[in-house]
Amino acid sequence: MQTNAVIKLTDIHKIYRTGEVDVHAVRGVTLDILPGEFVAIMGSSGSGKSTLMNMIGCLDRPTGGNYFLDGIDVSTLDRDARAEIRNDKIGFVFQGFNLLSRTTAQENVEMPMLYNHRRIPSAEQKERAKKALEICGLGARADHKPNQLSGGQQQRVAIARALVNRPSLLLADEPTGNLDSQTSIEIMGVFQKLNEQGITIVMVTHELDVARYTKRMIILRDGKIRTDEQVADRLNAEAELKNLKQAQEAVKLA
Amino acid sequence: MRFFAPFKIAARALRRNKMRSLLTMLGIIIGVGSVIAAVSITTGATKQVEDKVASLGQNVVTVFSGSFNGGGMRGGWGSAPTLTVEDANAIKNEISGAVAVSPEVNDRMQVLANGLNWNTRVNGESPDFLQIRDWDLTSGAMFTDGDVRSLAKVVVIGKTVVDQLFVNQDPVGQTIIIRNIPFKIVGVLEPKGFNLFGQDQDDVTIVPYTSHMKRINKRTFVNSIMVQAASKETITQVQNDITTLMRDRHKSAEPDFTVRTQLELLQMATSQAKTMSLLLAMIASVSLIVGGIGIMNIMLVSVTERTREIGIRMAVGARGRDILIQFLIEAVTLSVVGGMIGIIFGMGAAWITAHFTGWPTLTPMLWIGIACISSAGIGIFSGFYPAWKASRLDPIEALRYE
Ligand SMILES: Nc1ncnc2c1ncn2[C@@H]1O[C@H](COP(=O)(O)OP(=O)(O)OP(=O)(O)O)[C@@H](O)[C@H]1O
Ligand SMILES: [Mg+2]
Repeated sequence: MQTNAVIKLTDIHKIYRTGEVDVHAVRGVTLDILPGEFVAIMGSSGSGKSTLMNMIGCLDRPTGGNYFLDGIDVSTLDRDARAEIRNDKIGFVFQGFNLLSRTTAQENVEMPMLYNHRRIPSAEQKERAKKALEICGLGARADHKPNQLSGGQQQRVAIARALVNRPSLLLADEPTGNLDSQTSIEIMGVFQKLNEQGITIVMVTHELDVARYTKRMIILRDGKIRTDEQVADRLNAEAELKNLKQAQEAVKLA
Repeated sequence: MRFFAPFKIAARALRRNKMRSLLTMLGIIIGVGSVIAAVSITTGATKQVEDKVASLGQNVVTVFSGSFNGGGMRGGWGSAPTLTVEDANAIKNEISGAVAVSPEVNDRMQVLANGLNWNTRVNGESPDFLQIRDWDLTSGAMFTDGDVRSLAKVVVIGKTVVDQLFVNQDPVGQTIIIRNIPFKIVGVLEPKGFNLFGQDQDDVTIVPYTSHMKRINKRTFVNSIMVQAASKETITQVQNDITTLMRDRHKSAEPDFTVRTQLELLQMATSQAKTMSLLLAMIASVSLIVGGIGIMNIMLVSVTERTREIGIRMAVGARGRDILIQFLIEAVTLSVVGGMIGIIFGMGAAWITAHFTGWPTLTPMLWIGIACISSAGIGIFSGFYPAWKASRLDPIEALRYE
């Protein structure tokens, strides 16, 4: 048994009980993710990706199976304890950005620090939020509100917010879902950089192109793992971006 | 710990919705404002009545002839003459708590001086009178016990009489004619203004009671006996002692005298104002409750509308209690800030009332405290249910809420 796995899922099930029909969204997933991994979870719509991610992110509880996060059995923890884990250990980037409207990027990023069990001084909060925004390439727009930002910029704010409490695990549900290809590559560049710094990343995507920036690819179908393999021909975001720029230049010259 | 975080969160949320925050506060502003205005006006009125009662003297117990039964006053005090100077002496000698005693006889008649005449009250008193009534002289001196014994023809007069009969003159040492007898003016009373019943207290002349009873209006009974108790605390004791003593001396089947204290007079005089302020306070508290319901209503709407925000906060690690506290603080902030503004408005309204009507107004600190505490209480009370509802939300479902 591997005890150093960040995420250790054993025979995880999730059944939604809605009225007459039970929806068996996840049907027995067993999975180990080690520190420093960069995993893509793929699958068609409705295959249970978000459901699985929500359970990994301690937002939801499995109806069956065991889930160890950093060696702690989180499937038995209560609401408050799970909230603390979400705040401290996990950064979550949601499908759809889920930023607070009418609230500046800076304040959106500061928000998780307000719920930290440790009191973070106001000045440090500001400093850390600013730094997180810079990492995501949005330093100059700290005082903009979500409705003043593009989709890609909003996603960067969401990533900065996920990073600000310095989690060891970053979870992202379709982080490039609504973005054009260049912005997608830029976001993947941020992820690759973070991963190089040692953060474990699990990411849901349905685009194969995007998945090729990760190290490991898991494909779900009907709530079960179909394939689970290392990415052979891994892409480098920086290089791809350069290629894309050159291609654009070429079009313009032509 | 992270003590200030919830305040920061609530402040940010309220700032995001300035207009709504203001409208929500309006109910509390009006409620607290009307409480403070009502209380200021009635307190001012009560204070004025109290001052007037205080101007009747210090810790005064008065014995009237005639009796007082049940709810109303019978016939008029002093109508049936029963009290004597001996009664007054007995009170002075036998009741230890009575520090000053003045038997009183009252009359109203024409007085003459300087070729002018004036209809005024002519009262007979003892030299203790000034002490009992807490009254000073502006010039001259009070007549003495010796004057009382010798039936001296001396008088002290009030400001109004001076104004009527001695224009631009010093009356002390001059003569005033009362019922054809010349009395020498020995002192002038300092002005006191109108009393509780609208009577001009300065329209008076005061002579030794013996001179009054033997020279001016020959009689053997006095109208009343004014007694001063040593302190506020002993008033009731003195009242009881006098009652016992007088029962003993007047062995009639039905008591032929009445003993009244200033406290009772005060209670009678202020009871109307008290009833009034109670009524106003009740109306005002209804508007406070309405204000509270307003806050609860808006908070409930706010929780529903901000379900997604709550989901986001929970997803990044807010616990149920963090959400509860956030919404509670929002509600309390709304109501307390509303309360503060209400206090300012209420005091302003009272001030304007005072300015235009001339009524005295007074805002007691106690009521400012009550307004603060009750608006905080309303905030907690009306914010709790919505906040609790918010804290029970499931993060996943809240995030999915459209
Ligand atoms: N709260 C819910 N109640 C009932 N059924 C649900 C609920 N959430 C998800 N499901 C069902 O569970 C299944 C898996 O849903 P999930 O959201 O995990 O899919 P997904 O793989 O993320 O799809 P997509 O790529 O479209 O986001 C679906 O059939 C969905 O209808
Ligand atoms: Mg999904």
